[in-house]
Amino acid sequence: MYSEKVMDHFEHPRNVGEIENASGVGTVGNAKCGDIMRIYLDIDENQIIRDVKFKTFGCGAAVATSSMATELVKGKTIKEAMQVTNKAVMEALDGLPPVKVHCSLLAEEAIHAALWDYAEKHDIKIEGLKKPKSDIHEDEEEEEY
Amino acid sequence: MEKLIYLDNAATTKTAPEVLEAMLPYFTENYGNPSSVYGFASKNKNMVNCQREIIADALGAKPEEIYFTAGGSEADNWALKAAAEAYEGKGNHIITTKIEHHAILHTGEYLEKRGFKVTYLDVDEDGMVSLEELKKAIRPETILISVMYANNEIGTIEPVKEIGEIAHERGILFHTDAVQAFGQVPIHVDECHIDMLSASGHKLNGPKGIGFLYIRKGVKIRSFIHGGAQERKRRAGTENVPGIIGLGAAVSRAVRTMEERTAKEKELRDYLIDRVLEEIPYCRLNGHRTKRLPNNANFSFQFIEGESLLIRLDMKGICGSSGSACTSGSLDPSHVLLAIGLPHETAHGSLRLTLGEDTVKEDIDYVVEALKEIVAGLREMSPLYEDFIKKN
Repeated sequence: MYSEKVMDHFEHPRNVGEIENASGVGTVGNAKCGDIMRIYLDIDENQIIRDVKFKTFGCGAAVATSSMATELVKGKTIKEAMQVTNKAVMEALDGLPPVKVHCSLLAEEAIHAALWDYAEKHDIKIEGLKKPKSDIHEDEEEEEY
Repeated sequence: MEKLIYLDNAATTKTAPEVLEAMLPYFTENYGNPSSVYGFASKNKNMVNCQREIIADALGAKPEEIYFTAGGSEADNWALKAAAEAYEGKGNHIITTKIEHHAILHTGEYLEKRGFKVTYLDVDEDGMVSLEELKKAIRPETILISVMYANNEIGTIEPVKEIGEIAHERGILFHTDAVQAFGQVPIHVDECHIDMLSASGHKLNGPKGIGFLYIRKGVKIRSFIHGGAQERKRRAGTENVPGIIGLGAAVSRAVRTMEERTAKEKELRDYLIDRVLEEIPYCRLNGHRTKRLPNNANFSFQFIEGESLLIRLDMKGICGSSGSACTSGSLDPSHVLLAIGLPHETAHGSLRLTLGEDTVKEDIDYVVEALKEIVAGLREMSPLYEDFIKKN
């Protein structure tokens, strides 16, 4: 079902984890649909993404697209990171099954959400960046056992 | 060969060697059409009827009440559509449940579009149908009640006998989808007042593409496939002789091995359930703890998603299934898990493991160790788990 690259990124996801005192954090998706992505960015004073980490709740494609998206923005400037579209993520993974295309959209949104958080914290404006729309807890109450 | 631990026997089972052996001559040697006159072919008619007897015996039914179909879905479709049509004059209301197989649910939706009213009963947190709710749902125009014998996802065994009594007392037809239960638990159609029952060959170590519908004598039911006079003119088409032979062999084998096999499966199932619940935090068992199929275990692991879990298990040679959206082909997780009241995110993190006759304790030990590692690993990666840990 998945390409070798998707399986590789699922099996050995790059950049999993958290960044303490991250420059920007973005979380998108919701539990109802079964996909949540969180991206942490560490951005230096020259607006270069020094480090990036992610955490994802989701299917194989969701994990692989998060992993690939972090690889694509690492070391890039904010402007370059804005060019990382869902299409770019998909191409880098040698494609996704049609039903999984929404996962790649989520990866793009997660990066944008983290950049938005960074821009708000630092009171700057990033060209072409829109306010993220999703909130992970809007649909579900957490349940504990 | 790589390690393969097959724990998806609710999806399908391995055809038993003795079943295959029984079938083989009916492809290449005894290939005659049972409807032909000459002896070479007509003895196949006797063989087909012998299998009908074996199946009837297993259910306490009469041979002429067994109608071969191409599988469980066809039997479900037939029972609902043809009974609805045949009893249309009496009423237009059908009662079923929210946890049925899609072969029932989607047929129900089809009938609704054609003017029938269908009530889909709720179930409790164990997946059990309430008899009180059922009684309340019955109307003067109710013509059919269809409740599955046991649920395919969570394994809960429904109070079929009581449902049958309620239906019988009120003169309403009772159909049960026994695709998962037949061969796993003893079923007696008279004791349970079952008027129609669907079953499938490949769930009990028989071949795929063959099943049957039991139709009690006296039940008016229309022909489903029109054509020749096969199956008492109710289901046309040249008999799938090798399939029918295989089904008969599988049923006779399932009946013979049931007691010992299911006792062993129950023990291993309980061992699996106990270990998982004890050794993996934030997980739950779905379905009734005791009134469940001997081979079914269904868990939800919080903070993780089912497809990821399945792929990681697959990498370790373990085959299971999940009710997550990603495995259902839609955006919603399993309708069964939602019906028992699980929140979406918990339903997405479900795992069904269904044991088979070849499952051994070492397999379970291997699976539990693999699960512990995989669940912990996926949680490390999960933003939901991160939030949960930070909050607590």
